[in-house]
Amino acid sequence: MKITDQEVLHVAGLSRLKLDEHELKRFLRELNAIVDYMDMLAQIDTAGVPETVHATMLTRALRQDIPERSQERAAALANAPSQREGKIVVPRVIE
Amino acid sequence: MRDYDIVIGLEVHAQLLTETKIFCGCSARAGLAPNSSTCPVCMGMPGVLPVLNSKVVEFGIRLGLATGCTIARRNVFARKNYFYPDLPKGYQITQYDRPLCERGFLEIEIAGTKKRIGITRIHMEEDAGKNIHDEHEPVSYMDFNRAGVPLLEIVSEPDIAGPDEAVAYLKELRQILMFLDICDGNMEEGSFRCDANISVKPKGVAAFGIRTELKNMNSFRNVGKALEFEVDRHIGILKAGGRVEQDTRLWDVAANRTRSMRSKEESHDYRYFPDPDLVPLEVDEAWIEEIRSSLPELPSAKRKRFQEEYGLPAYDADVLTQTKALADYFEQCSELLDSPKEISNWIMTEVLRVLNEQDIALPQLKVTPGMLTAMLTLISTGTISISMAKEVFAEMASSGRTAEDIVQSKGLRQISDEDELLGLVQGILENNPAEVKKYRQGKTQLLGFFVGQLMKATKGKANPNLANSIIKEMLES
Amino acid sequence: MFEIARLYRRFGLRPVELLEELLGTIRRDNLNAYITVDEEGALRDAQEAEQILAQGSDDVLAGIPLAIKDNICTRGIRTTCGSNILADFVPAYDATVVERLRKRGAIIIGKTNLDEFAMGSTTTTSNAGPTKNPFDETRTPGGSSGGSAAAVAADLCAGALGSDTGGSIRQPASFCGITGLKPTYGSVSRFGLVAFASSLDQIGPMAHSARETAVLFDAIKGHDPKDSTSVPGEYAPIDLNALDMHGIRIGVPQEFFAEGLSPDVERAVRFGITAYEELGARIVPIRLPHIRYGVAVYYVIATAEASSNLARYDGVRYGLRADGAKDLTDMYLQTRSQGFGAEVKRRIMLGTYVLSAGYYDAYYKKASQVRTLIARDFSEAFGQCDLIAGPTSPVTSFGLDEMMDDPLSIYLLDIYTIPANLAGLPALSIPCGFAEDGLPIGMQLMAPHFREDRLLGAGMAFQDCTRFHRVKP
Ligand SMILES: [Mg+2]
Ligand SMILES: [Zn+2]
Repeated sequence: MKITDQEVLHVAGLSRLKLDEHELKRFLRELNAIVDYMDMLAQIDTAGVPETVHATMLTRALRQDIPERSQERAAALANAPSQREGKIVVPRVIE
Repeated sequence: MRDYDIVIGLEVHAQLLTETKIFCGCSARAGLAPNSSTCPVCMGMPGVLPVLNSKVVEFGIRLGLATGCTIARRNVFARKNYFYPDLPKGYQITQYDRPLCERGFLEIEIAGTKKRIGITRIHMEEDAGKNIHDEHEPVSYMDFNRAGVPLLEIVSEPDIAGPDEAVAYLKELRQILMFLDICDGNMEEGSFRCDANISVKPKGVAAFGIRTELKNMNSFRNVGKALEFEVDRHIGILKAGGRVEQDTRLWDVAANRTRSMRSKEESHDYRYFPDPDLVPLEVDEAWIEEIRSSLPELPSAKRKRFQEEYGLPAYDADVLTQTKALADYFEQCSELLDSPKEISNWIMTEVLRVLNEQDIALPQLKVTPGMLTAMLTLISTGTISISMAKEVFAEMASSGRTAEDIVQSKGLRQISDEDELLGLVQGILENNPAEVKKYRQGKTQLLGFFVGQLMKATKGKANPNLANSIIKEMLES
Repeated sequence: MFEIARLYRRFGLRPVELLEELLGTIRRDNLNAYITVDEEGALRDAQEAEQILAQGSDDVLAGIPLAIKDNICTRGIRTTCGSNILADFVPAYDATVVERLRKRGAIIIGKTNLDEFAMGSTTTTSNAGPTKNPFDETRTPGGSSGGSAAAVAADLCAGALGSDTGGSIRQPASFCGITGLKPTYGSVSRFGLVAFASSLDQIGPMAHSARETAVLFDAIKGHDPKDSTSVPGEYAPIDLNALDMHGIRIGVPQEFFAEGLSPDVERAVRFGITAYEELGARIVPIRLPHIRYGVAVYYVIATAEASSNLARYDGVRYGLRADGAKDLTDMYLQTRSQGFGAEVKRRIMLGTYVLSAGYYDAYYKKASQVRTLIARDFSEAFGQCDLIAGPTSPVTSFGLDEMMDDPLSIYLLDIYTIPANLAGLPALSIPCGFAEDGLPIGMQLMAPHFREDRLLGAGMAFQDCTRFHRVKP
């Protein structure tokens, strides 16, 4: 297996996902199978081939610097799980 | 101490003075009610998309041209992925391997010696929101008004050899940003923010030392102090045979020291990749040329020109070019009146004093260049004295009335009419025969007494030069 | 759709009457095609449509009841993406496509089921439960736009919008015997489409016929300044007359008839190609040598983008926030672990992996380069032909209980649909036959960028001489 337990846990941490024992085992197996399959890409000679990041050829999409009405504060916070005096509340951010 | 080389690189984030945010039409201005300048785009709601503000590109190119950078013809925006509650999308849109500007420089001057500091890159990115900590509860509050405000990140080469050079570089950069009208340069309010990388190595050693990163320095003073502290700390460790630990540190203003921010636990793995929501941005020659041709004169060029064109001393040129507004004010005055040194003197003293006292910027100053030069003309024609002029200036600055008007209504006009003064002096001499006698016997210091009498009689309005000569003439004839 | 329009104008049927009847059918139905039925909103839309019709509007879409996939934002109507994490999310904005349909007087009935965040091809991973195939309720309608496909097939709407990232419109269209179009990337605004993989996602129409699909496509396409990837320019309406197939060159890639293709599907698609030949088209064998890497490329790029696109679901500003977290990190972990299902987590993990330090070049960068090679295969092929034809899916609908345990083998079923997304090409799935067991089979047509006119015109030509698209479950 190419991907280790440690890597799965590292990736889960970066993704902010908590895995239980069962999930860890399962993802370890599945990710390895998929990544093994993806490794077929290594065979292809891509020297000098540009990358395709967009499926369009557009090279400029700009907006004028003209203000538009911002949403009402109530609308900004309408879906917020926790709010106080116009601000969204979260557990303490430690710096 | 100077057995060591100091190597500093600076990373500046400058908030741009655009009307709107970088990827949405919300106002980019500070000071609004929390979360009132937000929309689905800058709140990172599901399904919404960013659209680039052309002004941000223009401002970035302005700075790039002003610092001799190469402007990238093809730009790519990338996502920098990390979780933080003030970062609505879970990634910051920024530029990674294809920044807008590269390979420029800035010139600084330390004790009369000029030095070039390289600029590695300048790129566009979005700011994050603000978090405010509760003092009593373990919670923080999120305000997303700042999320999406455009930033230019300006990264210097590690060419800076000491805290004094760092401060000089920052001052020069800030001044350029302000001259270009793209950033207000306010360090306290965070529109001009600076992080520093610093390392120290024994002189002559080629390899760089281990560096630390410094944050949270919100004034030039703090930048200088924080860097000095770190220089001493690094050298102390090296001298003791220790090893500097790679670290991110905060400047603690209260404690006057830097301290480690160990809580930024996990190793950073930002997983940069091109943002598929934003197409590449091609910048053509025509656009660059259009921006180049509208570029204002930069501070260093202006300083030089003020000395050459107006014959001002270096000191005056320096003071007058502190801000573009002040330099413009000087030049507007000079266009109306060919007396540069006198104008410079008045600006450096009275104008700056009033701005300070009233705590206003130049555009709010009630004394226009026309008003100032008109007043200076009143001095040169002898209508008012210098001391009267100071009073007139103060009045102009508080009421906005013209010098002419103030002189009229306050009756401040000097008496420069010879006949009128002659008559008055005549009377004074007649009323003070004893003093006249003593003067004529050689006690010439009594001249001041007669001048004083005349000033009393005219309530100080007699033209002092004229008064002196008339009195002298009449006593000595 | 055309028939409803005729009933309104010739026979005095009123949109409100039609809607009430339709709502009754939806209530009785047990396909689980809809996540949310907005009865009140739909009624309002119907009343407005009556006004529009009373003023003599000749707009085909006036009063036409449509269904919207639940990853397309609708103002004031819950938009869940089939996920716990957005179970209560109500957008304050309409997707541009929805706004455009509303302007045309269409009735928005509700939001259709999908695989969670459109990640899947079975419509079984939704937190609203699986949708059933109207042709056989023990089977999957395909996915991820399975709710839209089932709703159209079962006449629970007159047409629907889906989204297609790797085949999510075309594959369910083929499983449910309807017509589905994945438009050219950039021709339909993505504003308001909850992103799965931004460089691949495209909203598209689903209906019984190519003609109806064309009407819907015309309504939603065109430049949108709110989407930077939307292509500016003139978008001419699609000609609703069938394309004359004489002299049209149809490329048939041998790679599309490879191992794993079910014999039923092969037979039906070969029949479809022969039908075109009889209509005057010329069949040209072509090669697409890099197609075989499509699935690998796709699962690198799509998951990489998804891992980043789904980072915003963090419990801070909207959506689920787990209770009782002990600190901020714990809140993130619990919220996301409770909010996302297994397939979504798997893809986020995979995407994070391929972008992470040390792997970027081997996976993300490499895949982006191979993507270029695949796109080049197509531009070379379109030098030799006007359309490409092949199967939409290698298989027909399979049982909801025979869901494969192995995600990779499900991913491999997207092998024929994925290339169009990678290359940004328009692709259409049209019914072309039935398997022995009566399940529908779809034929896929692909065209060069922005040649939806050719694609839909060819679809109309086929449907004008076949009846597969008229067969009801
Ligand atoms: Mg930055
Ligand atoms: Zn905004």
